[in-house]
Amino acid sequence: MSEVSAPASANDGSDGPFAIPAPEKKRLLVAALRALLPVDAVLDTPHDLTVYECDGLAAFRQIPVAVVLPRTEQEVVSIVKLCHAWDVPVVARGAGTGLSGGALPHAAGVLLSLARMNRIVSLDQVAGTARVEPGVRNLAISEAAAPMGLYYAPDPSSQIACTIGGNIAENSGGVHCLKYGLTLHNVLRLRGVTIEGELIECGSEALDAPGLDLLSIVVGSEGLLLVVTEITVRLLPKPPCARVVLASFSTVSQAGDAVAAIIAAGIIPAGLEMMDRGVAMAVEPFVHAGYDLTAAAILLIESDGTVAEVEDEIAWLSVLLTKVGAQSIAISHSESERLRFWSGRKNAFPAAGRISPDYYCMDGTIPRKHLGRVLESIQAMEAKYDLKCINVFHAGDGNLHPLILFDANVPGQWERADRFGSEIVELCVALGGTITGEHGVGIEKINSMCVQFSDSERAIFSAVKVAFDAKGLLNPGKVIPTLRRCAEYGRQHVHLGVLPFSDLPRF
Amino acid sequence: MSAPSALTQIQQQIREAASHQRPIRIRGGGTKDFYGESLRGEVLDMGRLTGVIDYEPSELVVTAWAGTPLAEIEALLATQNQYLAFEPPAFAPGTTLGGVVAAGLSGPRRATVGGVRDFVLGASLLSSQGELLKFGGRVMKNVAGFDVSRLLVGSLGILGPIADVSIKVLPCPRLEVTLAFEMTAAESVRAFNRWLRTPIPVSATSWWGGQARVRLSGMPTAVEEGVRQLNGERVPTAEAAIWWAQLRHHQHPFLNREQPLWRMSIPATSPLLSIAGEVLIEWAGALRWVRSTTPASDLRAAASALGGSAALWHGGPSQPMSAPLAPGVLALHRRLKSQFDPLGIFNPDRLIVGI
Ligand SMILES: Cc1cc2nc3c(=O)[nH]c(=O)nc-3n(C[C@H](O)[C@H](O)[C@H](O)COP(=O)(O)OP(=O)(O)OC[C@H]3O[C@@H](n4cnc5c(N)ncnc54)[C@H](O)[C@@H]3O)c2cc1C
Repeated sequence: MSEVSAPASANDGSDGPFAIPAPEKKRLLVAALRALLPVDAVLDTPHDLTVYECDGLAAFRQIPVAVVLPRTEQEVVSIVKLCHAWDVPVVARGAGTGLSGGALPHAAGVLLSLARMNRIVSLDQVAGTARVEPGVRNLAISEAAAPMGLYYAPDPSSQIACTIGGNIAENSGGVHCLKYGLTLHNVLRLRGVTIEGELIECGSEALDAPGLDLLSIVVGSEGLLLVVTEITVRLLPKPPCARVVLASFSTVSQAGDAVAAIIAAGIIPAGLEMMDRGVAMAVEPFVHAGYDLTAAAILLIESDGTVAEVEDEIAWLSVLLTKVGAQSIAISHSESERLRFWSGRKNAFPAAGRISPDYYCMDGTIPRKHLGRVLESIQAMEAKYDLKCINVFHAGDGNLHPLILFDANVPGQWERADRFGSEIVELCVALGGTITGEHGVGIEKINSMCVQFSDSERAIFSAVKVAFDAKGLLNPGKVIPTLRRCAEYGRQHVHLGVLPFSDLPRF
Repeated sequence: MSAPSALTQIQQQIREAASHQRPIRIRGGGTKDFYGESLRGEVLDMGRLTGVIDYEPSELVVTAWAGTPLAEIEALLATQNQYLAFEPPAFAPGTTLGGVVAAGLSGPRRATVGGVRDFVLGASLLSSQGELLKFGGRVMKNVAGFDVSRLLVGSLGILGPIADVSIKVLPCPRLEVTLAFEMTAAESVRAFNRWLRTPIPVSATSWWGGQARVRLSGMPTAVEEGVRQLNGERVPTAEAAIWWAQLRHHQHPFLNREQPLWRMSIPATSPLLSIAGEVLIEWAGALRWVRSTTPASDLRAAASALGGSAALWHGGPSQPMSAPLAPGVLALHRRLKSQFDPLGIFNPDRLIVGI
């Protein structure tokens, strides 16, 4: 199921200086790559290349010159050295589940798939760490560590498929990151290759390292700084017990207040998720989770730890939820019930795909206290753009995933969905939040970067980029918009007058 | 002085120094002058830029100007039963929030809850043109652009002065109990790592002078269950509080003697180093304070063989505090420095000699 299957909009390299090579240069490049790699590691037929034309954001598609599939770090080094010498752009790719077009190929470039570098190098039960190659799937780490009673905590919903390399690039989160942190908080060290082919170690298996903390700038850098080739992650002991409280509310703002009340009272649950009625209605016929369809909003609150600790926390949560006006509360009494309660939340995206030909998933973050206000504004936007939007949230950390429903085959709907999405993320910025909480900027939110950051702030991003990659060959055209792009976007904006809450201070 | 006028003064001083390419020595409370390599340039007093900008307990975030005293922030959080979980060392009264972030030093919870870096959500940086640049934000999740605010953690000012910071705070644990055990250093490292791989809510560990101490923090049921399982000797609450505060703020006598003191940051499960000298262990073995007159090159080699590094914390032969960087990483530092601070005016030589 693709996120969006809308008309093509190519990354034609307009944000970068790289021209699409003439057929002769293409042929030479492919031949040079073939000379470096095993025969099955270079793809260049149209049929093979099409497989890689987009990531999870299928509205943007582009065919690269070639796809390379190295098996070793040494092969990665030789590929990037060649590309650096030839001034050829390189786009790294994990599983291609990204939702912001981060792994969208470059028309003049090589797509570097890390999927075959998928070995778990070592697991250390005593230290609670795993060393892995970038193509290892997120869930595969927890599966390998399970016999030791350990697991890797960050759990994006895409964890069956997405790779740890992609997680590093996006600083991915999951439903349990409220308590256990994002990717950054669970990675100790990584090794990556610069575009010049030099190996760089960031972080350490010790808890700090001399010099600048390069790990924190590489995590979340969307493949613009290094090609990550080896990672050491932290493993945590698996909690012996986990239970879920399902609470429903007659208004969204009541549910928002309940979230604030839980946190203010000093509990950080393992998970704290919200869905609105639109999502509950979409998933219930499909998963039969037992959701209260009369509710405006449903909260799923997970408690984990020892049996006694969970019992304590649940008892305490039930009292508090009643006090803040929950219209119904249900508590899971078995593992199968817990999974059933979660099943709706976990199936929100596929369910959106069931009730609508296409959907567009947004990813802004706001201070929690504005939850009610944002939902009201989204309702108003539904009328403005004449499209329906259903909402799931990582409520505990204020991360919203509005799913805008549309039909790409109806002319104009994708364009409206796109504008609807931009208005949502820019509202998030106006309320003191951000355009992306976990899916990244990629190509998708590149215009919104002009809204969140000033010219001088974006100049710092370019400065970091230049320090790592002076020629700008790694994933060009992503994340950092050019000044020209922002100037054009600014003019458009003023023209349409859609900058929301322009009276609010921006920090 | 109000924060806006302090900020204006600071910006003016930066522009002035930049126009003459004069080095600037950024200073918060001056409690960490001993930390890092050289102090060079005219003092830029960030201590004038004080005040909490925003604190919302239910959002778990506090935002304050860089010169705000750490003590003021911790006192404010305590009124809402919240705290800075990375327990930064204060060394002496006067420590500022900006200094805490720029130094990037964390306390006893480092191995269990995380370090300064893990709690920074956003920060503003002053450029050499005196411009205020904002990165990150006040929300828990934010992946828009490179995470520059976290790069500032531990940067010791070489990328520029930090003007304000947003930090994630946590609710105070409901119960804390410290247990003591008679054991050797080697036994303690093994025990700490065994316990950290279980659901027992360990928040801090230490070993010194034949005694291991373990602090459990969390929900009362979980803490009491852990106490039963570990079966150590309960340390009286007041005594335990003093112990962890002494370690956190480096007031323990062992950390303040005249002999050279080395800070060995190594993987927690590393064996005991075969180096002559006394040792104090924190972070389940990942931090080992060593009093030794062994040659620096031997200590540095021992740490790097284990995948860690050794810093000369104080005393002893005159030589750089920090371990040298790998050539490629060093070159990257030079390029980052010249991109952020093309004139090279901010804290030259403070983090790394020559940068
Ligand atoms: C159904 C669904 C649910 C999702 N749920 C979540 C969620 O809950 N939380 C969340 O955070 N995300 C979620 N995502 C988004 C996505 O899964 C994550 O962003 C994931 O981390 C991408 O991993 P990937 O291996 O697919 O990376 P890709 O999509 O292949 O690449 C993503 C980015 O990483 C770069 N990259 C990949 N590998 C490397 C490497 N080795 N070195 C350098 N750069 C590299 C690419 O260039 C690109 O910029 C979801 C996606 C889908 C489709």
